[in-house]
Amino acid sequence: MMEITLQHYMILSVVLFAIGLIGVMRRKNLLMLFFATEILLNAVNIAFAAIGSYYGDMTGQMFAFFIIAIAASEVAVGLGLLVLWYKRTGKIDLDAMTSMRG
Amino acid sequence: MEAIAFYTFAILTTVMFLITVLTSHALYALSALAAGMIFISAFFFLLGADFLGAIQIIVYTGAVMALYAFGMMFFDTTRDVVEKRTSPQLIFGLSGVAALMVVAIFTAPIISGNIEALYPAIDGVGNSQMVGMVLFTKYLIPFEVAAIMLLVAMIAGIVLAGKKMDHSLTLMQDEIECINEEKEQV
Amino acid sequence: MELYLYTALFAPIVGSLFAALFGMSKKNIIAGLVPSALLFVSWLASLKLLIYILGGGEAIHVELMTWMATGDLYVPYGFIVDQVSVTMMMVVTTVSTVVHVYSIGYMDHDKGFNRFFAWLSAFVFSMMVLVMSDNFLGLFIGWEGVGVCSWGLIGFWYHKEVATWAANEAFIMNRIADLAMLIGIFLVYWNTGSIQYEQAFAAMPGLDTAVLTSMGIFLFIGAMGKSAQFPLHTWLADAMEGPTPVSALIHAATMVTAGVYLVVRANPLYDLIPDVGLFIASLGAFVAMFAATMALVNRDMKRIIAYSTLSQLGYMFVAAGLGAYWVALFHLMAHAFFKALLFLGAGNVMHAMHDELDPFKMGDLKASMKWTWIFMTLASVALAGIYPLAGFFSKDLILEVSFVEHHYILYTVLLLTAGLTAFYSFRLVALIFHGDDRHSENGVHPHEAYNFMLYAMLPLAILAVVAGMIFKTPYFEMVTQVLPAIEYHIHNHTTFWIMTIGTQVFVIAAIAYAYKKYAKAVKVDKKVESGLLYQLLYNQYFIPQFYEEYFTKTYRELSAMMWKLDMKVVDATVDGVANIFYNTGKATHTMQNGNLSTMLRWMVIGTVVLLALAAAFTFGQSESVVKLLSGLGAI
Repeated sequence: MMEITLQHYMILSVVLFAIGLIGVMRRKNLLMLFFATEILLNAVNIAFAAIGSYYGDMTGQMFAFFIIAIAASEVAVGLGLLVLWYKRTGKIDLDAMTSMRG
Repeated sequence: MEAIAFYTFAILTTVMFLITVLTSHALYALSALAAGMIFISAFFFLLGADFLGAIQIIVYTGAVMALYAFGMMFFDTTRDVVEKRTSPQLIFGLSGVAALMVVAIFTAPIISGNIEALYPAIDGVGNSQMVGMVLFTKYLIPFEVAAIMLLVAMIAGIVLAGKKMDHSLTLMQDEIECINEEKEQV
Repeated sequence: MELYLYTALFAPIVGSLFAALFGMSKKNIIAGLVPSALLFVSWLASLKLLIYILGGGEAIHVELMTWMATGDLYVPYGFIVDQVSVTMMMVVTTVSTVVHVYSIGYMDHDKGFNRFFAWLSAFVFSMMVLVMSDNFLGLFIGWEGVGVCSWGLIGFWYHKEVATWAANEAFIMNRIADLAMLIGIFLVYWNTGSIQYEQAFAAMPGLDTAVLTSMGIFLFIGAMGKSAQFPLHTWLADAMEGPTPVSALIHAATMVTAGVYLVVRANPLYDLIPDVGLFIASLGAFVAMFAATMALVNRDMKRIIAYSTLSQLGYMFVAAGLGAYWVALFHLMAHAFFKALLFLGAGNVMHAMHDELDPFKMGDLKASMKWTWIFMTLASVALAGIYPLAGFFSKDLILEVSFVEHHYILYTVLLLTAGLTAFYSFRLVALIFHGDDRHSENGVHPHEAYNFMLYAMLPLAILAVVAGMIFKTPYFEMVTQVLPAIEYHIHNHTTFWIMTIGTQVFVIAAIAYAYKKYAKAVKVDKKVESGLLYQLLYNQYFIPQFYEEYFTKTYRELSAMMWKLDMKVVDATVDGVANIFYNTGKATHTMQNGNLSTMLRWMVIGTVVLLALAAAFTFGQSESVVKLLSGLGAI
């Protein structure tokens, strides 16, 4: 078996990120959009941890921590807003949110 | 051994996330996402970031997923949102190109050659210990700011999802009526 | 003394600004009184300066402040009061004070009363700057200032299309000449390194004759424009569309003589280039004759006087061109007095005749307008040059100059012109004041002007009578301290008396003929009027038509071509640029449809583009790619 290098992790991270991107662009369900965002964040986390580990640096992990904290806050606030929106309109459809039409 | 673990978890994670993104069932998506999160923590353990791995499981699978699960109880999950699939080629194409670009950039020799460790890990010190040392020395202020941010997020979540919040504090009365009428029409 | 200088200079502009304050409001007598009073103050200050200079005082030279100081070029706001400029100052302030007071009556019923005084005083200020400046650039500023004020005053009745046309014509003709003048000033600076009169003239004797000649010619072209010399003369006759006091002040007494002043001021230059001087003199003689012939047959009172002005300017240029600068300046002064008087008299007649300008529709006004008749007759006698009035001393002197300098052709032309001058002046007087009554049938009942207007004209009348007799000797002594003091005497006494008396007899004969022909019932001689010569003169030698046909039309066609070019190339380019943005916006406005999904997609596309650039940079190891990208601002 060949050795697992940093490149392996980077590629995995990129693949996951691409999956997240697909989700972001494809889904119309707002909840699913949140899920896709989580995937994006996690993909980045892997990259941070891997780079930090391969260069023997703690900074990567630190950033991953903060990203997790941000993700948690984002979920809390975002879900709150989502619930509010649902109560108002009864929809969590992205296409229904067109108040920003230019 | 490491390679086997890496490939296994890589495949599992990818599949789980693909399910999350592609399924039309919200519940499936949630479960797949939770599983994917746990599998990701495996990479952290593989990379020697034990503490991060533990945090990943606790925060994501424990807190975030539970939050989503509770959140979903508010919504009518049985009613699927109509997904207008506008040109999946574009979406997949774009994602693929973006991924290729990033890979290309990261594998280029010019980047990797210039990196040096800013806070090198010290031999013989455990990961948790090391995390603690760096976090409470170099990153103390960001850490505190993150704590405040979480507090703010918590209060915001409570306030937003609270009972009275279906009444607007900022919209005028007639605008609310307008919205209510729309609701009735729907 | 500096205080007097600044008072003389700045009092008019204060008056102008004061009147301008009332510009938009209804007629206010204050707006006329204050500028007039301030001009009187300016006149007093000028008088004080004149007395000082006459008493043998040094020329006053002040620098108000630095105007331009760049590299070798140093131009201050410098003013000089020497023997020449003090003469001009006296002429300008005297005539303009009279004209201001007169205008209070003349413009009495005009809506633009306040505006009129603002313009008129501004003109006086510009004229003072022109004559008092100690450098060419200051002179040029004054030069342009009088041009602007002249434009504003010719087109004073801007609702009349012919007036605005005349104003524009005057302005544009002057611009053409001013370009040449500017080139002349540049040449002076380029070759002498200074535009201060003193330094520039001091450096001139060391220069090449060819350079001096081009300087002299270019400066003279500027003078030709302002003094309406052939071929730029057409504007002066058309400028008579302005109010009559304006014609008196600007187009007879002061502004048009600025060209003469320039030549007099630049006398050290023209002394070095006698050939150009001879050209100036010849052109002057030609214009004197040319304008006088046009005045013979014209049927417009003001135009006749305008042509006579033109003719007299020709006389001045003859004197200046032959090096008799003090004679030119003297005739300028005397002419200013009697010509302004003539114009103001014409203004009275116009008022009485309800703006009728054709003297053939007047006649027999001497009973109802006694004083105007006396004034105008006096002015005409002075203009004709009858002893002992002002014209005799100044105009006959020019004849003598040309005789003494052995330019007999010029002398003959000027002598003939003197006869013509006498004829057309008295033709006008006879037609207006004598003969049969031709105006009553038009329902006009003439009346004399306000008394104070007549009193205002009185000083001019007195000056027209005595200016030559009394002023000649002290003037000569004063002004020759800076101008070449050449006395022109015909040494042979017999010749002198024959010439003087001969001229007088000739002129008186012309006057008598004019009276005989026009002072009785006017018979229109159809045969003469349909004759070629009459038509040629009446149509001003067809020069306006020639200009219209060959310059204006060509220019218009050229403009039409350029307009097409403009539409097809310049406008199309501008429209094209605008259309690109407009169409881009039109095509891409669907991006802004408010749908979050679409926005996210665009965001990803943007990310991909940025990534592509980053990747290109990463792989762009070769210098050229990096350079290209950094040139695009991508990195």
